[in-house]
This record gives sequence, structure tokens and C-alpha cells, in this order.
Amino acid sequence: MAKVTVVDTSLRDGSHSVAHQFSTDDVRRIAKGLEDAGVDIIEVGHGDGLTGSTINYGYSKCSDFDLVQAASSVLTNAKVAVLLIPGIGTVEDLEQIRDAGCSVVRVATHVTEADISAQHIEASKKMGFLTVGFLMMSHMACVERVVEEAKKMESYGADLVYVTDSGGAMLNSDVVEKIGAVKEAVSIPVGHHAHHNLGLAVSNSIAAIRAGATYIDGSLGGLGAGAGNTPTEMLAAVMAKEKIESNLNLYKLLDVTEQELVPVLSEYGVHLPINHDALMIGYAGVYSSFMLHARRAAERFNVDVRDILIELGRIGAIGGQEDRIIDVAAGLAAKK
Amino acid sequence: MKKLRIGLIGPGNIGRDLLIKVMRSEYLEPALVINVFESNGIQFAREHGIDTSIIGIKGLDPYDDIDLVFDCTSATAHLEHAPILAEKGIFALDLTPAAVGPYCVPAVNLSEDLLEKPNLNLVTCAGQAIVPILSAINSVVHVEYAELIASLASKSAGAGTRANIDEFTQTTRKAMMDVGGADQAKAIIILNPAEPPINMRNTLHVKVKNPDIAKITEAVHKMVAKIQEYVPGYKVVLEPIAKDDVVTTMVEVTGRGDYLPTYAGNLDIITSAAVRIAEVYAQKKYGGKDNG
Repeated sequence: MAKVTVVDTSLRDGSHSVAHQFSTDDVRRIAKGLEDAGVDIIEVGHGDGLTGSTINYGYSKCSDFDLVQAASSVLTNAKVAVLLIPGIGTVEDLEQIRDAGCSVVRVATHVTEADISAQHIEASKKMGFLTVGFLMMSHMACVERVVEEAKKMESYGADLVYVTDSGGAMLNSDVVEKIGAVKEAVSIPVGHHAHHNLGLAVSNSIAAIRAGATYIDGSLGGLGAGAGNTPTEMLAAVMAKEKIESNLNLYKLLDVTEQELVPVLSEYGVHLPINHDALMIGYAGVYSSFMLHARRAAERFNVDVRDILIELGRIGAIGGQEDRIIDVAAGLAAKK
Repeated sequence: MKKLRIGLIGPGNIGRDLLIKVMRSEYLEPALVINVFESNGIQFAREHGIDTSIIGIKGLDPYDDIDLVFDCTSATAHLEHAPILAEKGIFALDLTPAAVGPYCVPAVNLSEDLLEKPNLNLVTCAGQAIVPILSAINSVVHVEYAELIASLASKSAGAGTRANIDEFTQTTRKAMMDVGGADQAKAIIILNPAEPPINMRNTLHVKVKNPDIAKITEAVHKMVAKIQEYVPGYKVVLEPIAKDDVVTTMVEVTGRGDYLPTYAGNLDIITSAAVRIAEVYAQKKYGGKDNG
């Protein structure tokens, strides 16, 4: 399977989770962590895209311009993206955002309304942005219509096109069918943006990759509107197990979530239901009841709980062998 | 009474709806329909005994008795048409986003002075729908900021609107300030493909100091009655409500179903506004039973 480009939208879709209150400091802190963890494209700004800061959608603490500038000021490799929803944002808004350091524009329309994106996609291309056509609420149209609308976006000059599950309403089979058909019909890369409302975000993202998608969205801890997006760290773990290549670094993603995102969110009274130790159990393939034992052992021997779980997986520890946890932890401590 | 002789350029969705309204008017007489190619609209006009031309604006040349032209083409085309119409001394009502002349929202600013101008612009359908309400509120309490969310049925938005959605939002926003009186404004448009198609729905939020809801409601209702004179399907669906310094109200526009079905209230409101201006102009020029 082709290498996957990962777009993290913690600082855009994730803005919904904090009522668009991220500060420039929050953005600098999290964007830097995302880049270090191998995220290719970092989307920032109001959850409803450029100029979404309104009575209707809620006011941002900081302007999109300031947030983009904050992100680009700390990044060297990762690209900064913004969302533009025609009908809300305009081409005029793009000029300014380019000066702030943005290089990717995602032009989003409802899945049946791609033709309102022509002027924005064309302008965005002309200004030199990597330009993404983003078909929202893809569950609401039949496969033929999704294909037709994706082709329109391609014809306007989009560099890639997304089949977006804004409602978190698509099943695995929908994703396979729609991504597969779009992939077949266009000659540009195809992406998928999932929501976790039915608990399918990760499996839908993997299904999308299998069906030909090469751009996948995630967000740290699954932050985002509704039940949130595909947790980027979980995506990294599953892609690694699936032998799908990407630039993501699992440990660094877990660290940036715990050390940067979680403290930022707690300032806004938001607590993510994340359990990275459980994620590591799945990743390592060990017995689920090892979790609390492994946490205790990590504390006792001052070693990384993730290393304990991975080592237990490597040696093939099975249910009932809780005693091996202490053994492994002591061994790791001795090697330090 | 002598009727005003009307030319119409661009018999597409808007143009055809307008044509039906002109044909029904007791003040207006359709004289000529112009396009740049043979079309259903041209055929419709011909079938109704109206002169037609498919050579564009030059089609006006043989006529010296056209009083008023409705331009339903595109912004680019109107920029070309406007000086030609002005030179011929033909009053132009511009239904494109070109905005060569001042904005006219009949319920708000249709004055004697405005009718002296050679060219008036009809803003947008969302502008026609919400600027009067905004202006009514602004007449009782100063509006610092106004925000419109206009939802239209996808089927009612033609290719021109779709290709230039930015012009639509920007023109609407500008009219909310210039004609509606808000210091700042924002217009958001949503095209909704639901079946059966939705009626045009406009939500207006305004930021004001110490809103007096009773006074605001009274002003809104007075204005609605005024709009209903030319758009019968216009109604308030959410009476003004306040939360802190934000007042919110919603209006719905059901079309008369002249050309497009009734869900296209957005079309109806802009063509009805154009016809209203033309009728008032007709009465001013040739007299009539009232003075508009």
C-alpha cells in the first residue's frame, strides 16, 4: 500500500471541542509537537474555517491569521492548512492567510454542492496553495453523486479530493465503496476524514486506505466535533500493525497528547477520554488485564509503561502471566 | 393608462420569472427579450407575442421606445451593458452582482431621488429578504453588527449564483451596511439539497445595546407588512428574541411559483422587488392610481 500522508486537525476540527478558544500559545505548543511526531500537514483555525468566527458558529479567541502565523512560526517541515467553506469564507480571505504562512487550503462544500467551490479552488491554485477539495457529509449522497462531485473538484484544479464523513455516519462498507469509486474515477490522490460518532473512525480510516486513500485526517486524542475524529496516535498504532507506511512516530504522538494537549484542554475544562496504556496493550498484543499491573510496575521500577507492554508482547506473555510484568520491568530498569 | 415598455436581457431562471411578473403587471408591458443564443426563454417570449433578439445588447438598436431594461445576465455582461443603456436613456434595473448603480431594496430606500438614477442594483435575493428587517430594527435601536444566515434550496440556485458565491456573500454584506444601516455585517449562505426542496430561510442576528424587544417586534411587523405588498409569501417564522446583546429573528420566503416552484422564494423576492421598482417608476413616468 502507498505511503499515507497524515493531516492532523486537532487545532481546527478540534477547535470545536474548546468552542474555538485555542490561543496562539496553545497552537505553537501543539503544532511543534505534531511536527516532531511526524504529522505532515497541520490544520489550524476556527472549526468552521476561515471567518467562521461569528454569532452563528461561536467566536474564536484568536483570529485565523494569528493562529496560522503562530503555527507556521514553529514549523520547519510540516505544512499549515486552513479550511475554507464557500458561503462562509471568501477568496479574499486567502490572500491574507498565505502571508501568515499557510500553504494548504481545503475548500469544503456539502457533498452535492461542489460547483460552488470552483472560484475558490481556482484562486487557491493560482495563489500557489496545495488545494484540497473536501466533500462534506458524504454519507448523504449515493456513490455516483459522490464520484460526480469529486470529478468536478478535480476539474477545477484540486490537487486532491476528500470523501469526508462529517456526520460520523458512514459504515466501513460505505467508505470502501465511495473511496474506491472516487479513486477509480479521478487521477488525483484521495483522502478521508472520519468522525467517531459510531465508534468507526479508526476502522473507517483503515478501510479508506485499503480502498485507495492516501491522505488521512486525525486529531490527537480524537479531539473534534461530535465524538471527535480519528485519534492520530491510534491511527499510527493501527497503521504500524497494518504495515502501512507513514511519517508518524507513535511514542511522540502519545507524548504530545499527554504532555501538551491534555494540559491545554484542562485549562478549558475539557477532559479527553483517552487511555494510551490500553492503546499500547492493543498495539503490543497483550492481555488487557495487564494494564493496571503494568502501570504499577512502571512506577515501581521507574520505567516506561509502554516499553513494558511492548516487551511483554515481544516475549509472548499470555493471560495469567501477570508475574512476568514485574520481571520485564525489573529487566528494563537494569538496562537503564 | 400608458404602460411602461420593458426590455429584458437574459431570460434564464431569474429572467423568465421576471417576465411572467411583467406580463401580469398592469403598469408594465413586455416589449423585447434579448439573449445571446436561442433558448427556451426566447421561445417562451416568442410564443407570447413578445419581440425577441438573440444578438445581445445590439438587439435594442432598432427600438427607440423601450423605457426600462431588466438585466438578468452576469456581472461581466452588465458592466458592458450599463453604459450602452445609459446612453440610450433607458432606465436599467440590474439583477446581476455588478452593482454599477446604487443598491435598491424597495421596502427601504425606494425614493424619488433613487428613481432619477440611470441604473439601480437589486443586491441579491438574500439582501432583498433581510435588509428590510435589519433596517427596521436599526430604526429603533442602532445595530453595531448584523449577521445573516441564508439557506436556499440547492435547486433554486442557478449556475451564475454558484459560480460566484463570493460576490453573493460580499454584495449581501455590503448592502446590510449601506442600506440596512449596520456598522459591520457578515452574510453566510448555505445551499441545502434536501428533497422536497426547502423554502428560503433567513436568520438574522444583530448586536445592539439594551434591546427593547417590544419596539423591535413592532418595527419588524410593520416592515413585514410592507414587504408582503410585493412578496405575499414573506413571513416571520421566529419572532425577535434577545439573549444578552444579540437579537435574533427568522423569516421565510415562499415563492409565488411563477417560473420555478414555490420553494424558490429567493427568486421570487428579487424579481418581485425589481417589478415593484419598475411599477413605481411607471407610475412616476406615466401616472397611475397611486404613487407607490
